[in-house]
Amino acid sequence: QAYNCLIHFYKRPYRSRYRMSRNGSMSSEVDLDAVDGDSSPLQVKISDALSEKDRVKFTIQTKSEMPEFQKSDFSVLRFHEDFLWLHDVIQENPLYAGYIIPPKPQTPDFYASQEKLQKLGEADSGVLTKEEYTKVKQELEAEYLAIFKKTVAQHEVFLQRLASHPAMKNDRNFHVFLEFESELNVRGKNKKEKLVGMFSTFQKTGDELLLGSTQKDVDEFFEQEKNFLLAYNQQLREVSVKSMKVNSAQKCLADNYIKLSSSLLNIASVEGPGLESFLTKLSDSLEKIRRCESRLAADQDLKLTDCLKYHCLDTAAAKDLLFRRLRCLANYEKANKELDLARTRNKDVAAAENRQSEACKTFERLSTTARAELAMQKKGRVEHVRRNLEQLVELEVKHGKAHSQLLRQAICDIKEM
Amino acid sequence: MEDLSLEDDVDIIMESNDGDDTNLQDDSKEPAAVPPKTDINLDDDLGVSEIKLDDDDDIFKSARVEPEPAKASTNSVSRGTSEEPADTDIPLEDDEHPFKDAHLKPGLQLSGPSPPPATIQQQTLTSFHEEEAKREMEGGDEFIEIKVTSPHKVGEGMSSYMAYKVTTNTNLSYFKKSKPEVNRRFSDFLGLRDKLTEKYLQNGRIIPPAPDKSVVGMTKVKMSKEDESSNQSEFVEKRRAALERYINRTAKHPNLRVDPDFREFLELDAELPKANQTSALSGKNVMKLISKVGDRVSLYTTKMEETDQWFEEKTVMIDNLDLQLRKLLVATESLTDYRKALSGHTYSLSKSLGMLGSAEDNSKLAAVISQLAEVEEKVEKVHEQQAKDDFYLLSELIHDYIGLVGSVKDAFNERVKAWQSWQSHQRDLNKRRENKVKAELASKQDRVNQLRQEIAENERQLDMAQENFEKISRIVKKEFEAFDVKKCKDFKNTITEYLENMLKSQESLVTHWERFLPKIKQMQP
Repeated sequence: QAYNCLIHFYKRPYRSRYRMSRNGSMSSEVDLDAVDGDSSPLQVKISDALSEKDRVKFTIQTKSEMPEFQKSDFSVLRFHEDFLWLHDVIQENPLYAGYIIPPKPQTPDFYASQEKLQKLGEADSGVLTKEEYTKVKQELEAEYLAIFKKTVAQHEVFLQRLASHPAMKNDRNFHVFLEFESELNVRGKNKKEKLVGMFSTFQKTGDELLLGSTQKDVDEFFEQEKNFLLAYNQQLREVSVKSMKVNSAQKCLADNYIKLSSSLLNIASVEGPGLESFLTKLSDSLEKIRRCESRLAADQDLKLTDCLKYHCLDTAAAKDLLFRRLRCLANYEKANKELDLARTRNKDVAAAENRQSEACKTFERLSTTARAELAMQKKGRVEHVRRNLEQLVELEVKHGKAHSQLLRQAICDIKEM
Repeated sequence: MEDLSLEDDVDIIMESNDGDDTNLQDDSKEPAAVPPKTDINLDDDLGVSEIKLDDDDDIFKSARVEPEPAKASTNSVSRGTSEEPADTDIPLEDDEHPFKDAHLKPGLQLSGPSPPPATIQQQTLTSFHEEEAKREMEGGDEFIEIKVTSPHKVGEGMSSYMAYKVTTNTNLSYFKKSKPEVNRRFSDFLGLRDKLTEKYLQNGRIIPPAPDKSVVGMTKVKMSKEDESSNQSEFVEKRRAALERYINRTAKHPNLRVDPDFREFLELDAELPKANQTSALSGKNVMKLISKVGDRVSLYTTKMEETDQWFEEKTVMIDNLDLQLRKLLVATESLTDYRKALSGHTYSLSKSLGMLGSAEDNSKLAAVISQLAEVEEKVEKVHEQQAKDDFYLLSELIHDYIGLVGSVKDAFNERVKAWQSWQSHQRDLNKRRENKVKAELASKQDRVNQLRQEIAENERQLDMAQENFEKISRIVKKEFEAFDVKKCKDFKNTITEYLENMLKSQESLVTHWERFLPKIKQMQP
């Protein structure tokens, strides 16, 4: 059910309504149909988002009949850092060690687009003609918008996965996040903490490697899953990178048509009657083709690259789960050894027994939930990928046909001249 | 009588007898039967090792004329002037009238052999031109098509070179065979272009430019072993295609195609004499560069007073066109590069997807992903082909036209030079007249007589120069209009082909994706 929200999201028409407020910031009204049906007691959506300066402000609307909440319909404003805090706090909670923690949303990166827009504004007017300038500006704005939409989507999906998870939706911190009216004032990590964070990531990787090679798993299933996820995650990462390169090449190709069209128009104005109308028509057709290629790039990005990237993150989260389990297993085995030791020494046996049974319970509980989570993830992934690929192919066909039609029309018009 | 290549370009100028009689140099391969000493200065272009900057002489460096026909032509000239009526019977366009422009004062006779052989030859001469002109007007069924194929390496190491097979298919009568086939190397093409330029540029002809030299590219080819990297063959293929376009453009030009050097290029079975002068640092090229600089300077210093509106407009237009074409070239080259990048990345993606498919543990999804990988590979091939079209059809078209625009500018410049020459004659004449008056006042009778003679001579030259200028103006105008027509046709045809190919590409993309779609739909879990 968590994955349904993903699918539902992408089912929406690609273009949402957007308002551009006068000071240049953009807000989006993201209108999601009811996710998961009305049976879910916790409905969360991002009803608005505002991009101001460097930060994006999200308006999170919650509808719920759950008794924990004071109202049944309420909204709060949150920043990206708040989401990161929420993710970390949930991940660190040992209660949820047996679950796949939904991957945290990526930091919105408007930098590149903003820079390009800025450069365009400052650019020498002699370099680009008026039409070229307008078109390039439109393309950059569209790019900005696309990034914006994606970031909203990522944040929303994160919340919705939490909201639909039977255990995590009851998390106190989550409720605070959804309900607390003032700013959370989550202090961003200062330099020291960031450094610590980095080191802990290294440590974690090292730990994983160590565990992976030393800790023998008792369960064949988990051993296989671990290996599978390691390889698969790696492969997903590579494919995502390649897919991104294809997208950017496609985008460059599309944008280049702007220059092409305008140069042809310039030549048309120099030329006499023989070629003028011909070149003008050609320039026109190329402009239409450009839009086609541009949309193709955007759709490929959305349906393939984004999908792959998402699953890359998700499988990484699953990997984390498995390693938590392995650590748990290691602890369990350690507790066993300690118990044996205590028994031989006949000292603190009771305490050791407690610890051991605790470790055992934790481990077994974790293994059970892990199994369920993995199965669910697999199923969700298969369906999600399949759905996205289907849409990708349909869009490829659609754009290809549109492109062909434009060409046929152009050839027809030209031959008549 | 196929060897006649004398055309309307021939302006027989009578030099004053300052010892120019010996100027009939004939380096043709056929043993020259030395014609009777005429005052006709028919320089052969091949042997020229100095740039004659003297304006008088370049007017008549026309087609290399074989000695026998030279005889005939000189006589025909004299016939031509005295038999005006006969000539005007021929329905030729003004410019094509072979000898209308030959300006001979009755007083200066040509000594030549007796009429009878001349008459026959004259008839054939004019009838030959008649045919050519008729064909041109009918847009005729004359046809010449040349293919440049089979690049092969001859020799080894630094002295090796690429040779190409040049196959012609033609029904033009003055070719010995209808399908001559020869081997030529790159410098032969350049040599041909140089020869044609030397002969015809001064008349205001627009001569198609030959492909660029590329020292780096060629050195790589020379130094490589047999069958090496694809980079090399791409370079060779670009060159081969460029040579083919070049030779066909030249063949389409009605005046250039009848040139004996051109014919020899296509027909002569043996190797052509090595065109040494085409290497970048040859003495000839260096001199050319220097003279070009000289031209440039004189163009700036003596600004032409343009009286003809048409030329003024067209000069501006051509300059503009040059600028815009260069900008367009940047865009088309980018198009090719981006498309190649797209193709490369798609290939990587396809390989990566293949690996993902094998890593995937859900068998149905794995199958779908592997199939996606295959589709992407097919897509990549389409992009690769499209990139080739982007280059060979679009980018090279623009590149060629930038070169042709350069040739047009050269032709325009020739006209300016002709004007300058005319003006300088005028100045000389004025000066001499002044001097004569001075001498008369000073009663230096022999000086006066001398000046009188010089003035007469000068006046004659002045008239020639003016006529030449007018003639060049006409020719340049005509050439330009022909160029314009060809440009329209060229652009329309090539771009239509490009769009049609692109359509095919898109349709095949649609097919690939459409075939894949049902497989995904079938994959319902």
